[in-house]
Amino acid sequence: MIMNEQQIERYSRHIILSNVGVEGQEKILDGKVLIIGAGGLGSPAALYLAAAGVGTIGIIDGDVVDRTNLQRQVIHFTPDIGKPKVISAKEKIELMNPDVKVNAYQDLVVASNISEYISEYDFIIDGTDNFPTKFLINDACVLNGKAFSHGGIIRFSGQTLTYTPGNTCYRCVFHEPPPKGSVPSCSQAGVLGAIAGMLGTIQAAEALKYLTGTGELLTNRLYYFDTLKNNYRTIDVKRSDDCPVCGKHPTISELQDIEMPACDLKQL
Amino acid sequence: MATYQLDITKEHCPMTFVKTKVELSKLSGGDILEVNLLKGEPLDNVPRSAAEQGHEVLKISQVEEDVYQVIIKKK
Repeated sequence: MIMNEQQIERYSRHIILSNVGVEGQEKILDGKVLIIGAGGLGSPAALYLAAAGVGTIGIIDGDVVDRTNLQRQVIHFTPDIGKPKVISAKEKIELMNPDVKVNAYQDLVVASNISEYISEYDFIIDGTDNFPTKFLINDACVLNGKAFSHGGIIRFSGQTLTYTPGNTCYRCVFHEPPPKGSVPSCSQAGVLGAIAGMLGTIQAAEALKYLTGTGELLTNRLYYFDTLKNNYRTIDVKRSDDCPVCGKHPTISELQDIEMPACDLKQL
Repeated sequence: MATYQLDITKEHCPMTFVKTKVELSKLSGGDILEVNLLKGEPLDNVPRSAAEQGHEVLKISQVEEDVYQVIIKKK
């Protein structure tokens, strides 16, 4: 892809970067990123990836915008209440950057459709807020050899880990979903809206670094922050031989849905 | 080794260096790019940025009262 004059201006701050340059921006323009969940994490991720000129952005979400989303899901505006989130997100991205093709899927990812959805993309962003879907995304990406960014937020804190084939997966660290009800969801515990912005933006940066092959990804490291006490740190996390999906004797060889209560299906 | 020309006398920061980088990206390693630019900010920044990013600045010379030529060898 050869950039035109308007693109050279639009992406000038990327082109100046020695690690990105013209070649890196062209990779971004050719890149395909799938965002699962157009909520608290997916909103900032989608906005920054769109601004960066990611050529194809897929967004999957089955929900419609409601008033309680607006405190942190910054891609949706008050007049969008009642509108499917993927349509609301697509409209904003198309206004922001005509270089981006948006594939809007008003759907939930489940074991039977996730492999097909991720197959068309280079990098996947987990912007969900329920454990069954987080594990499903991990397993699907591991089994299909796809890179993805895990992200989770609650109250004033967030965590993120990037998976690329051969490195530590989410299940290596957190073997299986916690028992139902043992960990509060965001709708029960609350979350500071800006935390969603911080974490989703890190995920967007990881996607851009992956597309351009720049720097070190958050692989084999879990980044955790707590803004209440302003602690920010990375924790080394190793691949587990006992990992049920990528260990020496994996017990998960095909995807399965884990039962979850309907109220947990809402995205962040 | 081919030699190419670029005129960025009508550009402003940061497009001066952006245009230089875009032009350099089209060249092969070792090719020469002769960049005409204005004194002041472009003359201060373009050769410095090119050198920081690994290219070799071979020569800087004045060609008109306000216009300088910077000769850059692509890394």
